[in-house]
Amino acid sequence: MGAVGDEHAEMEDISDSELSHHVREALKSVLLGDTDDYDHIVGNMHNNKRLGPDEVAMLVTILRGLSGAVSYIDVVHHRILLSSICNMSLWNYGPDVMDALIELVVALATSNGKYVDLCLDMLVCNFIPPINFLEILKQPRGLAKKDQILGRVHSALKGIADLVPLAPSRLEQIVRERVPSAHSKDAQIVVYVEAMLLLEGGDMGELVGNTMIFELMNRLIDLDVEIGWDEILLDDPNKGIFEMELEDMARSVNETEIDMEDEPVREYSGRKVLWGNVVAQKLDTLMVLAFDHLGSCFKSGRLVKVFETLLQSFQSTVLNAYKSKFAQFVMFYACSLDPEDCGTQFVSRLVEIFGSTVYPQDWRMSAVCYLASYLARAKFLSASYVTTVLESLVGWCYNYCENQIGYYVCTLLPFEIDSGHSSTQIPADEFLRQAKAAHLFRVSGNFAFNDLLESELSRAFGGFERLDLFFPFDPYLLRKSD
Amino acid sequence: MEGLKVSDAELVVYLHPSKSNNASQAIFGELGSMLFKFNETFDGVLLAYSASTKNKLAKILPGLNPYFGVRLQARLLLFYPKPDMLLEGKVVKLGEQTIHIIVLGFSSATITEEDIREEFSYKVKHRKEVYASTIDKHHKIEIGTVIRFVVKSFDEETLHISGSLVPPHTGSVSWLDKPAEEASHTKKRKGYEMETDDSLSLKADNRMKKSKKSSSDSLR
Repeated sequence: MGAVGDEHAEMEDISDSELSHHVREALKSVLLGDTDDYDHIVGNMHNNKRLGPDEVAMLVTILRGLSGAVSYIDVVHHRILLSSICNMSLWNYGPDVMDALIELVVALATSNGKYVDLCLDMLVCNFIPPINFLEILKQPRGLAKKDQILGRVHSALKGIADLVPLAPSRLEQIVRERVPSAHSKDAQIVVYVEAMLLLEGGDMGELVGNTMIFELMNRLIDLDVEIGWDEILLDDPNKGIFEMELEDMARSVNETEIDMEDEPVREYSGRKVLWGNVVAQKLDTLMVLAFDHLGSCFKSGRLVKVFETLLQSFQSTVLNAYKSKFAQFVMFYACSLDPEDCGTQFVSRLVEIFGSTVYPQDWRMSAVCYLASYLARAKFLSASYVTTVLESLVGWCYNYCENQIGYYVCTLLPFEIDSGHSSTQIPADEFLRQAKAAHLFRVSGNFAFNDLLESELSRAFGGFERLDLFFPFDPYLLRKSD
Repeated sequence: MEGLKVSDAELVVYLHPSKSNNASQAIFGELGSMLFKFNETFDGVLLAYSASTKNKLAKILPGLNPYFGVRLQARLLLFYPKPDMLLEGKVVKLGEQTIHIIVLGFSSATITEEDIREEFSYKVKHRKEVYASTIDKHHKIEIGTVIRFVVKSFDEETLHISGSLVPPHTGSVSWLDKPAEEASHTKKRKGYEMETDDSLSLKADNRMKKSKKSSSDSLR
């Protein structure tokens, strides 16, 4: 390789097979103790800052030579080479090097089972733009590069899956492991989620799509719970509804106490508010991505299938998360796109959960609250359908009125019937009062029913009635959600 | 094809107490999670199973979580490639250095250049890659061909097979399984010129097509 380096001008004259031969000899000689050529190869791969055209050509040549010699790469003796390959980030290079590197990684992954995980990991890591690139990402050329990279990585993953049928299950695992935490930079999470959704909608969608949807919901909920209710309220203190909420917030601080205090105890610091805003921004962008994706699923006729997975992930994450604020809107949006299938499926699942004795109490109560607020807010559902559902709920309550859950439904139902499906300005405090009863109960243990009514001014309930609160806070979603 | 066996097994599956109301679903879940993974006890990759309980009673294990063990009679279909076994798989990619094959739809196999015997040479004909035999021009390996190869090694973790086309009884299955008289017929014509009797070659082609069909049927 040393000789080839000197004559870089004549590189085009060397055929691929000669090139591979050179590289193979270099690799083989490592086992015999001679590492000169090998070191030269590895040294070139660490060169990534502003490559001139000659350096680019050299790197491309080396990568192509390696592609032809993958079966000679030994996991022990060529450890340094392997780690160099895996540390190369597509974000640092132009299209030529990108293509050559991708070709090498695919060849390596498919040559031998033991490199599959390594290569998949390297590819998935390219879903995360490096920190020094984040500013450039805001410009058009940055976005163009991002598209180039995501496109190439996806075709590489597909290429590997074609030759190694079990690769998608390894890929799912690796995507889950490598997902950026809630504390990572905006752009990093967003690009990663974008890549995940591309996987869901792509050729491998049937195989890995479900995991991608679950992971999406996990991300949303993780960010959601980082935002405290008090941070949202401080954003817009002029809203009338807030006054009552602030009192409630005070009470939420003393969750375990049975008697309610009158003085609001506000716990916030400047830092907490700032952090809340940062997280909210990330969540905001992710919600937009999610909505866009659902929209395109709907256009391509896949929404009903995707909704099944969405519903399942909702059940295992959002439903039993304590006071989820925004993540549930993904369900709401999906239902609004397809009221007949998705909308009704959502309702039947919620009804099924609260009516079944298998699920824990918490879930069932949560299901009631979601159901109630959904029926109240979903303008896209027909009035007759809502009435039918309410009728069946009344029937259920009649049979089970002794039960606490029956009580909640009974308290919620008159409100539903009163408010009528078409009203938009529901006296939220009334509604909240009813819904909160459910949540308070969960925390404080067994109460007599009288106490329940009194303790209604408890913490705020997250759910669809928060729509009033939601819109001002989140301009993106104002545009997108119903 | 070698490497497949059906085993009868007596198994005990331990289930968490929460699954006691639907034990059979839990059992199938447990067995299902073992599919397409190499299992040391079975000494093979579990491909399919059928199981039934002999006995309605199960033993409860003492401990913090009272798991209960259910005894099963099971028939297991196992894939256990060992060196020197003959396997068959479909070619999905051809390169100058490697042939990529998929066996039974889930296991990836590769044969590297050094394990392909001299008889085969790599060519690109009409923009299609092919490994053609220099001895018999009808013996071709292209993308989509089902080939028979010898196992060199099997990676139990990734289910990757490393194979070899060196032994003489390896190659394209459709060519290898041709009836004996056809094989000798083509051998006689080896030394002759390309201009053969058109009607004769047509007949031979028809018979080859039929044998291809029957051999691919027997593989299923």
